[in-house]
Amino acid sequence: MSEAKQEFLERSKEFWNPGKTQDWQDMGVDLVIDRRERYYLFDMDGRRLIDLHLNGGTYNLGHRNVELVEVLKAATARFDMGNHHFPALARTALAEALIVSAPSPRMKYVAYGSGGGEAIDIALKTARHATKKRKIVSIIKAYHGHTGLAVKAGDERFSKLFLSEDTDGEFIQVPFNDLNAIEDAVRGRDVAAVIMETIPATYGFPMPEVGYLPAVKKLCERYDALYIADEVQTGLMRTGDLWGVTRYGVEPDIMVTAKGIGGGLYPLGCVVIGEHCGGWLHEDGFGHISTGGGAELGCIVAMKVLEMVQRPAVRANVRTISDYLRSGLESIMDQYPDFFIGIRQHGLVMGLEFNHEQGAKPVMRHLYENGVWAIFSTLDARVLQFKPGILLSQADCEEVLRRVEIGIGLARNEVMGTGSRRRSA
Amino acid sequence: MEPEIRTLVEIGDSMAALQSRADIVLERARWASSIFQRLDRDQTMAIVDHVAKVAHANADKYAKWAVEETGFGVVEHKKLKNELTTVPLVDYYRDQDFVNAQIDPGRKIVRIPRPAGVILALTPSTNPIATVNFKVLMALMTRNTIVVSPHPAARECCIDAVLTLADAAVAAGAPNGCIQVIEDPSIPLIEEFMGSPKTSLILATGGTAMVRSAYSSSNPAIGVGPGNAPVFVHTSADINKAAQRIVDSKSFDNSILCTNESVLITLPEADSKLRQALKQSGAHLCSDEETERLRRLLFHANGFNVACIGRDATWIANECGFRVPSKTKILVTPILQIGVEERLSREKLCPVLAYHVANNQKQALAQARAVLRLSGAGHSAAVHTMDEQVAIDYAHAVEAYRVVVNAPCSQGASGFETHLAPTFTIGTGYFGRSSVGENIGPQHLVHWTQMAYNSDVSATFGDYSAVNHRFEGPLPEAPSGGLPEPAARKSAPPSVNLSQSSVGGLDATARAELRKLIAQEIRDALKGGL
Repeated sequence: MSEAKQEFLERSKEFWNPGKTQDWQDMGVDLVIDRRERYYLFDMDGRRLIDLHLNGGTYNLGHRNVELVEVLKAATARFDMGNHHFPALARTALAEALIVSAPSPRMKYVAYGSGGGEAIDIALKTARHATKKRKIVSIIKAYHGHTGLAVKAGDERFSKLFLSEDTDGEFIQVPFNDLNAIEDAVRGRDVAAVIMETIPATYGFPMPEVGYLPAVKKLCERYDALYIADEVQTGLMRTGDLWGVTRYGVEPDIMVTAKGIGGGLYPLGCVVIGEHCGGWLHEDGFGHISTGGGAELGCIVAMKVLEMVQRPAVRANVRTISDYLRSGLESIMDQYPDFFIGIRQHGLVMGLEFNHEQGAKPVMRHLYENGVWAIFSTLDARVLQFKPGILLSQADCEEVLRRVEIGIGLARNEVMGTGSRRRSA
Repeated sequence: MEPEIRTLVEIGDSMAALQSRADIVLERARWASSIFQRLDRDQTMAIVDHVAKVAHANADKYAKWAVEETGFGVVEHKKLKNELTTVPLVDYYRDQDFVNAQIDPGRKIVRIPRPAGVILALTPSTNPIATVNFKVLMALMTRNTIVVSPHPAARECCIDAVLTLADAAVAAGAPNGCIQVIEDPSIPLIEEFMGSPKTSLILATGGTAMVRSAYSSSNPAIGVGPGNAPVFVHTSADINKAAQRIVDSKSFDNSILCTNESVLITLPEADSKLRQALKQSGAHLCSDEETERLRRLLFHANGFNVACIGRDATWIANECGFRVPSKTKILVTPILQIGVEERLSREKLCPVLAYHVANNQKQALAQARAVLRLSGAGHSAAVHTMDEQVAIDYAHAVEAYRVVVNAPCSQGASGFETHLAPTFTIGTGYFGRSSVGENIGPQHLVHWTQMAYNSDVSATFGDYSAVNHRFEGPLPEAPSGGLPEPAARKSAPPSVNLSQSSVGGLDATARAELRKLIAQEIRDALKGGL
């Protein structure tokens, strides 16, 4: 590590976040991201990493995508964040674009937050207003963000620390892929909404069982609860369709998109709301106010993101990239069958499963040392989140597989070869 | 009120947007290319045959569409060209293998074909569909992927034709994205495609500016220059046959093939007989006044009048204000000089033929050289003679890489009425500032990795007869978690069934019969029917 980096890390601990800065050093990842372009990150000491983390799809179209940078630059000649109280050109234009491509014909309105968490809060508030009920059902180990309501719908790992967990019995969590549990939770007809990540990301992308999501939607209909699709990580063509829920044939009542919708350049969260749920927008349009929400510069970027991800060539590439990586990963799995034991995959939403309760951490570190950045799943450290970009080139995919094969081999030797006592975290 | 997509900030013309758009399309082609190279020869030829069959079946539809959209040419001739560039083209190359390794025990060398990768094909407005068919099939034969950039004047028919071929290819097992089309070609966008490091080879057929631009792109290119074929009718020729062939050639698709004769050169001894024969074959010999009117109509200050491209003889005469019999096939304009001062000695993509009588054979050859010096260097020339010495003297003299002997030049130089390789891309070689001098064919789209053993006699050559060449076939489809597994994974081993089913269930005999019928049809049409 260079002296400059060492000094910088000290500053990071001093002024930004001592705990987090130190944790990464302890995990053997001394990354300080400096320059970035396409799917490459360059550490401040110059090392290149291929980014398979993408901050949960934020960099779906790559870092500083040239078209997105161009549209953002051009937009600054006319727009700024805008005035959140007034009708706004860009906010309305993006709303129309989202409605046109929404996963349900009932979608009618779009409300904006400044990021995913706020958008989830808006979705939950919208559901409560529409149903006049308070209870929210979510999945154990779900992750919806860190704002007031969103954090309660997620794992207590993030709420208890701040004494912000639900204490009123309004947030019910049920196991994923357990329809009986959902039915038990909603049968009292006192539930406002069931909120589902289409494929739970921070939980390591366990795949929904065949028929699970449509059945959840049916239960919602039967027991008067709304279905909120959290499409933050599964939307924007990552599954091969614009929205992941569409792949499962679910038409949600409310949908949330964030991260990638801002193209990695301007944070934005969007709540797409069915006409039957949007009552508050008529009753009191000032009900939710967000100065940064739906900033117009972000809306301009988002419109370009929507246009780009839906190009026929992009859709086709997602299928090809996912087929190619699958094929390569399977052959790596054949080499290390005692360690690399599973691939969870839907399109480019992928989780690699290892035969050790913390197995994804050494894999992460060895990939890092071999030029690939992919992160373990916070809520299931057996699983490495493997999230290639939708514009990843054939050459880069080949590089990824070559490096992943080496990295997994080294991690396997570390975990299995020299005894499982030796843990990296 | 219905929601609409409204762009508030338009960046479509910015270099960043053009570059990014080109890059995404070309990356799709690269992906397809990487998968295409996993296919074996049977799988490849199954795709080629199916696409050729679909293109053949659509020849008439797109001939009509192209004439309607561009205003150039003759439907029946276009249909014929559209057909020639499908099944007969594939049959011409059927025995050549661009997929399997070639083993040469004598020289202890193994040659492995390596496709170029992604081909950017620029196509002209004059022969839009034939060129599309031709380039697409050449690419498929060699397991290359192709992005077609249609000429703006023939955009719609080309887009439709390319998408049809793309669907056919995928239906026969080709990778998705192996054939793409640029739907809104503009010069800046095409320049981004041409300059992209993801383009492996540019196949440029079109105007000189576009061809030069292809060569300036920094990518490998095969660009072809314009034609302006001189045709020499020697006294030893069978004058009647020569006249008939020349008229057939000049009237074929109204001279829209760049291989058409531009300037006829003959000698005083043959002059009057040749004029008579031309008349009998359907030519109108223009008076000085008519010639002058044609000169003014066909050439504007900045070049050939595009309104006249591919028009028929009576239309052109009418535009000039003189009448010719309705059966007139070509207009012949006598000229005294060849060179910059005589515009009629330039390329004319319409059935107007300049006619020059040289004093002697030496002068005739000098005049033929002058025609090609003006334009059309490296392209085509024709000679009609029964004297081999005359033929070879002519061929030595002219700076053309094709000299058609006793045959119509339009169809002859492009390989449809000679044994030259059938092509819609004429290599104009070093004379014509191009990298290839022969008719472009699939062999130009492949390079070979050569494994070379020690030449020392004591070092033995390996036995490659049974090695596995790792044709892994299409990629298996990745599962989509939470959805039922795809019923038939694409990884199923390639079977012979694929190639059979892809030609529409015809058995081998029926296919042979079909091919024979088509070949006969083409021969009749080309020889008798014009």
